[in-house]
Amino acid sequence: MIVAERKPIEKILEMIAPYKKVLIAGCGGCVTVCLAGGEKEAGILASQIRIARSKNGSPIEVLEQTVERQCDAEYLAKFQEQAEGVEAIVSLACGIGIQYLGERYSSIPVFPGVNTLFLGANLDVGKWAERCFACGDCVLDKTGGICPIARCSKSLLNGPCGGSQYGKCEVSKDVDCGWQLIYDRLKELGQLDKLKEIIPPKNWLREKGPRTLVREDLTLESRN
Amino acid sequence: MKAEINPNNLKVGSNYEKVLASGQFACTGEIGPPKSADFHHIEMYAEGMKGKVDSVNFTDNQTAIVRLSSLGAAIRLLQLGMEPNLQVVCRDRNRLGIQSDLLTAYAFGVRNVLCLSGDHQCFGNHPGCKGVYDVDSIQLIGILKRLRDEGCFECGEECKVNPKFFIGCAENPFGDPFEFRAIRLEKKVEAGADFVQTQCILDMERFELFMEKVRERGLHKRIYINAGLMPVKSPKMARYMQTGVPGMLVSEEFCQRLEKAKERGTAKEEAVNITVDYIKRCQQIEGVAGVHIMAVAWEEIVPTIVEKAGLLPRPTF
Repeated sequence: MIVAERKPIEKILEMIAPYKKVLIAGCGGCVTVCLAGGEKEAGILASQIRIARSKNGSPIEVLEQTVERQCDAEYLAKFQEQAEGVEAIVSLACGIGIQYLGERYSSIPVFPGVNTLFLGANLDVGKWAERCFACGDCVLDKTGGICPIARCSKSLLNGPCGGSQYGKCEVSKDVDCGWQLIYDRLKELGQLDKLKEIIPPKNWLREKGPRTLVREDLTLESRN
Repeated sequence: MKAEINPNNLKVGSNYEKVLASGQFACTGEIGPPKSADFHHIEMYAEGMKGKVDSVNFTDNQTAIVRLSSLGAAIRLLQLGMEPNLQVVCRDRNRLGIQSDLLTAYAFGVRNVLCLSGDHQCFGNHPGCKGVYDVDSIQLIGILKRLRDEGCFECGEECKVNPKFFIGCAENPFGDPFEFRAIRLEKKVEAGADFVQTQCILDMERFELFMEKVRERGLHKRIYINAGLMPVKSPKMARYMQTGVPGMLVSEEFCQRLEKAKERGTAKEEAVNITVDYIKRCQQIEGVAGVHIMAVAWEEIVPTIVEKAGLLPRPTF
């Protein structure tokens, strides 16, 4: 999932300082699962804002609404009614939802209520870790199912740098060396010979700007 | 000392390659460019190393700290009539920038290049900068080989006057996974590396073990292996490297020799003695073709070490 964390309340108050009526837009997708921007978090943020603003003598009206997903036009339409009456929106969705909400309601300023961190897994209660870079050219078949782009601090494709020691990365003793993990997994799988393959320079797929995906078999045009 | 060599065996013909190809024990130095727009220290240290080493490495923004470029320093050394070994890290430039610098380097006369990953940017003085790592060090070796042997860039386009470098790499016998280290060196050989300079050896037993693994794979017959050595004058620094520097192993013997010497007030002399001893031990290890002396922030000591190790005079051709 996409992992995000709430921005500090001070930052959010700064963004909405000029406004007297705002909407807190929650998202029922990834940010709900990682407890950063779902219905519950939207409610908490709304209360924090009301309290802070009434304390400093500039009361504010705060509406709250959470939809299934903010990365989908169908669900964004549900904000129509509430959005029309507010001066600004604070979106608690990931960066995708924040932008897509802004596209849908382009005459209203939309502010980020979270920092979008990474594509990760939920390791334990309250713990998440990055697992994928969305590089667009998966190499997991060559590396024992562990991503060298996301798990190696230097995204090296052909083995660990000289800073790997005792299973840890040179950047921190709290960070596992991705290539140690790959080595251990391949050993377990009896596939250490895969380490000998030289993976050539990667096509980072960004040469034509932001990426898009069009599935001709699914588009409405293809059905007509 | 005039040495014999068959020119047909050379890929590039740099002095460093000639020394190694002639079968004589090679000896190289290293200078870290300064954090300022000034050649003064480079010129001073280079003067001291003239005639004492076969080539001088210039580090590329080492420890991720902004410095005068290794390319600029290498060109200055050429102007002084000496031979540089240009270090190139993958952290700061993409394949476009690196290949561009390689063209410039070759046009100026640089013939030796050492390909490295580079320390992570978080260690340096701009820790928030974006690390590039468009290619890794093994891919970089492949780029140099393709430029030299096929006359084309990484993209496949022809390079009219193609740079022909004596291609180097590093390997860390002290990093983990230890079993992977010799395999990784083999990958570098397969990618096209001609010589390797190891990370600095402060634990000779581990290095000997690494060399065993290297010989098992027959790599010592396919690549010139140069043992990296670092004179360390402070026992405190040795202890710090023992525990605080990722990827380093420092033996107890190494630390204790320095500590005892410090009590006698002779730590600097002992640092030289240890390095000289290690050079002599390396000369006894099958498959070690030379030494690379990295006297970090103590460059002026290199000539003394070389002389005491009996490596003078250096071969000429």
